[in-house]
Amino acid sequence: MPQEYKLILRQTDEPGYTPDLECYLRHGGYESLKKALALQPRTLPDGKSQTPQQFIRQEVMTSGLRGRGGAGFSCGLKWSFVDRKSGKPIYLICNADESEPGTFKDRQIIYKDPHQLIEGMIISCFANDVHLAYIYIRGEMPDGAKLLNRCLQEARAKHFLGKNILGSGYDLEIYVHRGAGAYICGEETGLIESLEGKRPYPRIKPPYFPAVLGLWMCPTIVNNVETLCNVKHIVAMGGAEFAKLGTPNNTGTRIVSLSGHVKKPGYYEIEVGRVTIGELIHDPAFGGGLRPGRSLKAVIPGGSSAKVFKAGEKFNLKGKEVAMLDLPYDFDSLIQAGSMSGSSAIIVLDDSTDIVEALANIAEFYAHESCGQCTPCREGSLWMSKALHRLSHGEGRAQDADYLLKIADNIPGGRTICAFGEACAWPVQSFVAKFKDEFVAKGAADEARRAKEHSLPAAPRLLAAAQH
Amino acid sequence: MNAAHIEPLPNPLRNQPGFTVPPALEADLDELITHYPVKRAASLMVLHAIQEHFGWISQEAVEWTARKLELQPINVYEIVTFYPMLRQQPMGKYQIKVCRTLSCALGGAYELHKHFCEQLGLDARAHGPQTTKDGKFTVEFVECLASCGTAPVMMVNDEFHQGVSHAKADELVAKCK
Ligand SMILES: Cc1cc2nc3c(=O)[nH]c(=O)nc-3n(C[C@H](O)[C@H](O)[C@H](O)COP(=O)(O)O)c2cc1C
Ligand code: SF4
Ligand code: FES
Repeated sequence: MPQEYKLILRQTDEPGYTPDLECYLRHGGYESLKKALALQPRTLPDGKSQTPQQFIRQEVMTSGLRGRGGAGFSCGLKWSFVDRKSGKPIYLICNADESEPGTFKDRQIIYKDPHQLIEGMIISCFANDVHLAYIYIRGEMPDGAKLLNRCLQEARAKHFLGKNILGSGYDLEIYVHRGAGAYICGEETGLIESLEGKRPYPRIKPPYFPAVLGLWMCPTIVNNVETLCNVKHIVAMGGAEFAKLGTPNNTGTRIVSLSGHVKKPGYYEIEVGRVTIGELIHDPAFGGGLRPGRSLKAVIPGGSSAKVFKAGEKFNLKGKEVAMLDLPYDFDSLIQAGSMSGSSAIIVLDDSTDIVEALANIAEFYAHESCGQCTPCREGSLWMSKALHRLSHGEGRAQDADYLLKIADNIPGGRTICAFGEACAWPVQSFVAKFKDEFVAKGAADEARRAKEHSLPAAPRLLAAAQH
Repeated sequence: MNAAHIEPLPNPLRNQPGFTVPPALEADLDELITHYPVKRAASLMVLHAIQEHFGWISQEAVEWTARKLELQPINVYEIVTFYPMLRQQPMGKYQIKVCRTLSCALGGAYELHKHFCEQLGLDARAHGPQTTKDGKFTVEFVECLASCGTAPVMMVNDEFHQGVSHAKADELVAKCK
């Protein structure tokens, strides 16, 4: 029986659980921070000494934790890239921009258990010698920002934050910074530009890797809300123990956001890779299946940017044929199947969905959100959206499917500054390739209808006009 | 060439005669600025606070913010014109933002948006925010509000609402006094 496994959300949905400090402390809150601050330098078997900070970073590496924001990059590795020799301050930013369509997991943490995030952040900052950190929260969560501010205040009052935290000599300040409704602020370098008070135009890598040239050109760590919460649990249970959760190279838990055509949409925390896509959609413990009389048409497995899966698709995973619904929900299997788990948001589309309209909706999002720096992305996202708008409003052409593919194929692959280029092309490439007949049929039907509408009355008019 | 002959570029910012920042607000802003080692970084938060107070951001507000943060007005202007949440003109007293992105669209967001527009006498097909003549309501589509599992979702000013049926929508409108 597939089941939820609650690590991050262990307490949040208990009756009577509130987001204030008292409640968090009653549930063992800030014990991991105390544990981290009490660590002593140690001598390793090879005679080298290890600071408490190095120890925590090592534990995070051992845990196998991968970023929960979208790219699934190793958190320990990311931290190891931080330039600690530059003499510049190191900053940490919590990415709470949560704006990938389909995703609503960070919202649960921010609104229901903000202290867990704050504790995870403080430990992560301590482990990386950070003394100033920011939570970048999307503008459309004003209550979340207020709540976080109140919780930071509570934490300061208890000396979990501020100067000389719990008498350890460690200083840290965390501030909340609000976005203002732009998706591109979720991209880490766009986020940094936005925090600096500029337009959120992503920076080109190289050279602007945040770990070296981030906020104010200083080494900077950007981590997702859920990633930072996990650090608290890694310190609490130990990296090796954490790595036993989930599956090899896909450790820990993930909060899956399930939306669209299922009976029970919602957020479900699972051990990574221990539950399949089919179980997430159909099992009573999760989505509970489709609406009566409906059949599955498609699944977007990792937020709107992820390539779509068609119902009935089969994949070759390490020489074994696996049906789409049997794919374990993890990082690696989904990549092998040609898509990604991204922000772990599954959008389910049943047979009532007009696939052209669904893609038109997604394309409109990207056309609106492109920051406009790179021509292929700025123009391409708009052309695709316009073509899809036409196609979903009776003005399509049979050749639009190929036209869409041609545009989409010319955006990603190093032609743009940031991964938004990929993000806007992938849905179009996959939808059109996998449902091509529907796109072509719709365009052809429009052409036929228009030909019929125009042929009779228009011809005599044109003839008459030509005779004048 | 005589400078007088050059047509000025259209300026989307509007004027707000008599713009002054009350001392209490300025004190809040001064505190905000201390959160950053570089003043410019406070601009988005300062603009949020100004918009919360005045409802929108005028030419005078842009210039004031620039002076406050020791910037050129263009540095503030470029932000105001980029972020969808920052308003360059007064909006309705109640701003209704309906999420239009995929999961909400599957859950009836377009019908919900149309319902609001019909109830309030606005054109559901017009592009961008639409404000009623009496200035009471602004209705607009926004992109994914990160609550796709409870579609359709929306906001009335800072208040978030989920699973909004047409009946619930009518209640929300009725509550706006
Ligand atoms: C267009 C775009 C949008 C993104 N939006 C978000 C977001 O809303 N939240 C987030 O945590 N990461 C987002 N990311 C990923 C971040 O760039 C970054 O990889 C992530 O915050 C790193 O944190 P992690 O390693 O803990 O996952 C986005 C990336 C791209 C390219
Ligand atoms: S790829 Fe798109 S979003 Fe990213 S920097 Fe270029 S134009 Fe902006
Ligand atoms: S699609 Fe509406 S909240 Fe995400």
